[in-house]
Amino acid sequence: MLGSPQTFQNKATLISRRMFILSSLKIIVFVSIVSRLFYLQISENIKYKSLSDKNRLREWKLTPQRGIIEDFYGKKIAKNYQVFQLHMTPEDVPNIEELFFKLTKIIDFSERKRKKLIRKLKKRKPWETIIISDNLSWEEFSRLNLFLHEIQGIKPVVSLARKYLNNGSSSHIIGYVSETSVKDLQNNELLRKIKTPGLKTGKTGLEKFLNNKVIGRPGIQRFEVNAFGKRIKELKLIQGTPGQNFRTTLDQEVQETAHSALKDKSGSVCVMDVYTGDIVSLVSSPTYDANKFVHGISQKDWDLLLNNDKKPLINKPMAGLYPPGSTIKPIVALSALENDVISTKHMVECKGSISMYGQTYHCWKEKGHGFMNMRSAIKQSCDVYFYEISRRLGIDRLSITAKQFGLGKKSLGSFDEEQAGTVPNTKWKLKHIGKGWVLGETLISGIGQGYFQSTPLQLCLMMAQLANGGYEITPRIIDDKNKIQPVIDAWYEELNYQNDDFNLYNSGLKKLYRNPENIKFIHDALYGATNEPMGTSYRSRLTKPEYIYAGKTGTSQIRTISKEQRELKLKNKDLPYEQRDHALFIGFAPYKNPRYAISVIIEHGGAGSSGAAPIAKTVLKKVLDRHEIRKKYIPNFFQEI
Amino acid sequence: MITSNFSKNNLSLKEILFSLDYFLILLVLFLGIISIFAMYSTEQGKFGYYTQSHLYRFFVFFTLFIIISFIRIKILFRSAYFFYFLVLALLLAVDFFGITASGSKRWINLFFINLQPSELMKIAIIIFLARYYYKIPSDNVTNIKYIVTPIFALVVPVVLVASQPDLGTALLILISGLIVIWLTGFRMKYFLYSFSACILSLPVGISFLKPYQKLRILTFLNPERDPLGAGYQIIQSKIALGSGGIFGKGYLQGSQSYLDYLPEKHTDFIFTLFSEEFGFIGSLGLLLIYILIIYRITKIGSYAKNNFAKLYCFGFATAFFVYVVVNMLMVLGLLPIVGAPLPIMSYGGSSMLATMLGLGIVMSCKVYQNQNEVN
Repeated sequence: MLGSPQTFQNKATLISRRMFILSSLKIIVFVSIVSRLFYLQISENIKYKSLSDKNRLREWKLTPQRGIIEDFYGKKIAKNYQVFQLHMTPEDVPNIEELFFKLTKIIDFSERKRKKLIRKLKKRKPWETIIISDNLSWEEFSRLNLFLHEIQGIKPVVSLARKYLNNGSSSHIIGYVSETSVKDLQNNELLRKIKTPGLKTGKTGLEKFLNNKVIGRPGIQRFEVNAFGKRIKELKLIQGTPGQNFRTTLDQEVQETAHSALKDKSGSVCVMDVYTGDIVSLVSSPTYDANKFVHGISQKDWDLLLNNDKKPLINKPMAGLYPPGSTIKPIVALSALENDVISTKHMVECKGSISMYGQTYHCWKEKGHGFMNMRSAIKQSCDVYFYEISRRLGIDRLSITAKQFGLGKKSLGSFDEEQAGTVPNTKWKLKHIGKGWVLGETLISGIGQGYFQSTPLQLCLMMAQLANGGYEITPRIIDDKNKIQPVIDAWYEELNYQNDDFNLYNSGLKKLYRNPENIKFIHDALYGATNEPMGTSYRSRLTKPEYIYAGKTGTSQIRTISKEQRELKLKNKDLPYEQRDHALFIGFAPYKNPRYAISVIIEHGGAGSSGAAPIAKTVLKKVLDRHEIRKKYIPNFFQEI
Repeated sequence: MITSNFSKNNLSLKEILFSLDYFLILLVLFLGIISIFAMYSTEQGKFGYYTQSHLYRFFVFFTLFIIISFIRIKILFRSAYFFYFLVLALLLAVDFFGITASGSKRWINLFFINLQPSELMKIAIIIFLARYYYKIPSDNVTNIKYIVTPIFALVVPVVLVASQPDLGTALLILISGLIVIWLTGFRMKYFLYSFSACILSLPVGISFLKPYQKLRILTFLNPERDPLGAGYQIIQSKIALGSGGIFGKGYLQGSQSYLDYLPEKHTDFIFTLFSEEFGFIGSLGLLLIYILIIYRITKIGSYAKNNFAKLYCFGFATAFFVYVVVNMLMVLGLLPIVGAPLPIMSYGGSSMLATMLGLGIVMSCKVYQNQNEVN
C-alpha cells in the first residue's frame, strides 16, 4: 500500500539498518586514513623530512681567493685583481640561442666561444652556473648592466682573477693558472672536492706545485629554492678560506735584471745563495705573458708560443738539458784531486789535439796551450789537460763526485717540469744504451760532452756547493722561517768553530770533500779564470774589490765536428742557428767569502766567454748590490763581504 | 503539544531558531575559518586573491546555508525535480556554451559566477532520488518499473560529466546516486551483478579513457615510474605530508607548498598543505571535524520522521563522507589523482555552493524533522 504508515515504518527501519552498515564501513575507512597518516607522518617522517630538505635546499660553492705569491722582500709577483664576469644559470634562460644572439650585440662573443659553451652546456646540470665570460672590459660590463632587464638567466658578477706582475721575468718559475680541466680533476682529489664554477688551477711552476695550498677552500652558500630552482632566500653562508700566501726566495729586481740581460736570447740565468740554497733568481728566456693564460689564451697567441724556435714555454733552468761542457772541469779536477790520481803540479803539453785509442781528440784552441799545470788548465780551459785527468780518473769515479755535487738528480724535486739530467758511468750506459763503456767516452766526459746532460739549476747548485767550501746544501724556492733557522744555525756553528782545536761540534752539514785544500785550489783556479789575463772570462771580470768574482766558462758542442768542417774553420756565427754551440758560465761571488753562485746558459750563444760570461757579470753585479738589503732578512755569516 | 507544534507546516521564526542544530553550524563555521587560514597559507601569508575570494564565498554561501535552513521541507520536496532538471539543463548547456580550461569543459558563465554544474549535480541527484523513492515501498524498489527512472536519472548526468571530461566528479555523482538507491532497499545481489559486469567491462571501458586518465591510473599504481612527470604530484604530496611529522612544520612554514613543490595546493591538495603545517595532530583534528559533521548529519537523518528527509540526510552524509575520503585517500597516495575537492576546505565556488546547499537542506530536515508527510 502506497503511503501507509506501516510501510513507511518498515522502510525507515530498512534505511536505518542499511545506514548502520554504511556507518560501520565509514569507521573502517577513517581508521585506515588515520593509520596511513600515522605511517607517513610518524613512521616514515625522517625519510620524508630528508626528501623535503633535498627538495628545498641547494648549495652553491663560492670560489675561494687564491693565495698571493711574493718575492723575498714581499713584493707581489702573483696577486688577485677585480674582474668583471658574466655568469649564466641555464635553467633560468628561456631560450639559449636567443640569449647568445643578444650577447653578440653587447659583448665580444665569438662564434668559437658560442660553440665551446654549447658543448660545455651539454655536460652540465641545468642549475649549475656556467661562466660565459670571465674577463669583461668595463665598457662591456656597463653595457651589459644596461641591457640586463631584457635578458633572463644571466648575472654580471664582480670576481677575482689572477694577475702576474712581473712582465714575464718570473713566468716560468711562478707558472700560471688556467681553467680547471677534466684532466686536472682526474689527477687531483682535492680539486674534485672543491670544484666550483670558474675555479682556476695552477698549470705550471709554483702555481702548480703549491696549488693545493694556494687555492684556498671554497665557501658554501646554502639557499632555499622553489620548485623551479629559483633561489628564495639564503639560509647559510660559510665563508671560504683564502689560499695560503707564499713568500719565495726570489728577488724580483734581480729577476728583472736577468730578464733584460737575456733579452732576445734563448737561455737562462740561475742565482743561488751558497749557504741557504735560496734561489735568488731563476729566469728563462724568451718568456711569455702568464696573464694571457688566466682567461684562456687565444689560439693565435698559443700558436705563436708553440711555433717559436726558442721554445718560450719551456722552463729552461729546470727543464732544459745541456751538456755542461767546460763548466764541469772544476768537478773533474776536484774528483781527480780527491782521488789522488793527479797532482796540481802535473804538467801536460797541449798541442791542440791528442791521439788516443786510435782517435784524435781536439782542444778548443787549435794551436794548443803549450805546457799546462792544473791551475792554468782550468784557467784557460785546456781540453787536452782534462783528457789526461779523466783518463786517469775514469768515468765511474768522476760520476760519483758529479752526483755528490748535485748533477744527475732533481735539485728541487717539486716541479713536474724539472729534469734530472744524466751523469753517465759504465753501469748507466749498459742499462740505458745497452752497450759497454768505450774509453774514448771517458775523455769527452771529462770536458762535459758526450752523455753528460745537466740543467742550469744543477750547474748552479754544483757551483754553490763548491763555493761554500764543499758542503751539501738543499736549494729552496719557498721561504720558510722555521725550516731555514736550523740551516742558519748549522752554518753559524760550522763557520765560526771550524778552526777551533776542539772541533767536537757536529754542525750536521754534510761535507762533500776530504781535503779542504782541494776546494781552495779550485776556488783559486776559478779566480784565475776570471781575473787573470789569459783566463777564459777575463774580459767579463769586475774589478772593484767588493765585486770580484770567480767562474768558469763553458762552450758545449751540440754537433759532431767532422774533419772537413774543422778544416773549414767555421766560426759559430757562420753556422745555422740550431747548430751553434751553447754558451755557458758558472761562477760565484764575491771571490772572498763567497755568497752567491750563478749559472748562465745561452742556447746557441757561441763561446761561453763571449756569450754567457758578460750576462753573468751584469747579473752578479746586481745581486751583490742587492746583498745589503738581503742581509737584513738572512743573517750574514761573515763580517765583511 | 510540542510535538503537534513541530509537525505543523509552518513554524514561527522563534521555533525555527530553537530547532536549528547549532553544533553543526559551529562545526561548519569552524571548518570555514580553518579553510580561510589554510588558503592564506597557500598564498605564502598574503591576503591575496585566493584567500579573499574564498573568504567571500564562504560567508556568502554560509548565509545561503542558513537561509535554506528556514525553507519548509515541503517546498524543498516539491522543487526537488525542478532543481534536478535545472542542473541537468545547465550540464547540457556546458556542453554547448561551456568554458574550457586545462583541457576540459566544466564551467558555464552565469555572468555573476563561473558555475560548475557537475558539482551541483552531486546534490541534485541525491535530492532527486530521495524524492523519487519517497513514494515507493521498499518491497517494490527492485521492480523493473521503478528501476528505469533512477538509472536514467543517474546515468545521464554521469555520462555528461564524464564526457567533459571530469571522471572524478562523474564517479562521485555515480556513487552518491548508488548510495541512495541502495539505502532504499535495493537488493544487494543486483549490486553484485552490476559490479561484476563493471569489472568485466573494465578493459572495454579503459579503451574509452583519455590518455591522461590512463596515465593517472598507471601513475597511481606506481608513482615512482616517472617522478618528474605524472607521478610528481603524488610524490610531492607524500613528501609534504611525511615531512610534517607529529606536530607539523608550523603555520606558514610548510616548505613544500611555500616553495611550489606541491601542486594544486589551493584545491585538491589543500589537506596536504594543512597536514604539512600542522602535522599528524592537526590532521587528526581536521579529520575529527569532518567525522563530527558526518555524524551530525546522520543523526539528523535518524531523527527525521519522514523518509524523504531520512533518505536525503543519509544520502548526503554518505556522499559527504565519500568526498572527504576520496580526497584524502587521493592525497595520501591510496587512490589515483581524480580531481576531487575536499568539501569547504578546497578553493572553488561551485563546490562550496553545492556543499552549503546540501547542508542547508539537511538543516531544513532538522527543523522540520517531526513532519511525517512532505507531499
